[in-house]
Amino acid sequence: MLHLVLFLIFGVVCVAGAVNLLVQSHPINSALSLVVVMGSLAGEYLLLGAEFVAAIQVIVYAGAIMVLFVFVIMLLNAGAEERTRGSRIAVLFGIPGLLVGSILLAWVLVARSGSQAVPVGALPGPPREIAMLLFHDFLLPFEVTSVLVLIAIMGAVVLAARPEAIEHTKKEG
Amino acid sequence: MVPLSYYLVLSGILFACGVLGFLIKRNIITIFMSIELMLNGVNLSFVAFAAQWHALSGQVFVFFVMVVAAAESAVGLAIIIAVYRTRQTLNVDQINLLKL
Repeated sequence: MLHLVLFLIFGVVCVAGAVNLLVQSHPINSALSLVVVMGSLAGEYLLLGAEFVAAIQVIVYAGAIMVLFVFVIMLLNAGAEERTRGSRIAVLFGIPGLLVGSILLAWVLVARSGSQAVPVGALPGPPREIAMLLFHDFLLPFEVTSVLVLIAIMGAVVLAARPEAIEHTKKEG
Repeated sequence: MVPLSYYLVLSGILFACGVLGFLIKRNIITIFMSIELMLNGVNLSFVAFAAQWHALSGQVFVFFVMVVAAAESAVGLAIIIAVYRTRQTLNVDQINLLKL
């Protein structure tokens, strides 16, 4: 019972943050509501017993990635976005279609899937067991992601550098 | 005890919010944040299924998704900075040509 209440609280906060991201017109407000979404998702992960994922959700997503976003928003001095009017067909057919589709999907998932309740905290998810998986069974993908991150770092530096700076280093080197 | 389907519905709502934001938003940074929202919805369903089937590899996949998302956001934000430097705007309606 307590778990259901906690799930509902975190879920409502999560959906409210997601809707607020859509409603706000200034990007910095959207970024802060995305932080709320990620923080409450970390709570959901804790309810599922996934401590490691909850920790890296807070550290990597709510910490590192969102700081990067806020930094870029401030760097570019982004103002409120101009709203443009969508087409009328989208409003006439899109919104009812979206409502019908999502209600149908939710009904199928809740009523017909026949899933039993997820035992809370039953998953053995301490960092030790995840490390055993990560460094034994998934060793090759792990190394490949490290190469990917290295490429991403170099790509970000090259893309974000001023063109004059690149010319300058070419002349010197 | 929370049924698995509740987690899946929450994950679907998050993903739908991400798709909606991707379609209706006009600021390129907010569109990028909508993509992150979609990734988060997928991560939630990964962890929920991992708890359902007692398969820890679901959490490892969430780890990989997070690494790829971090790399993607670093490169994407660098591209946004480069685009802003040449166009002086973040509105995607005005960024419709690859060539200046």
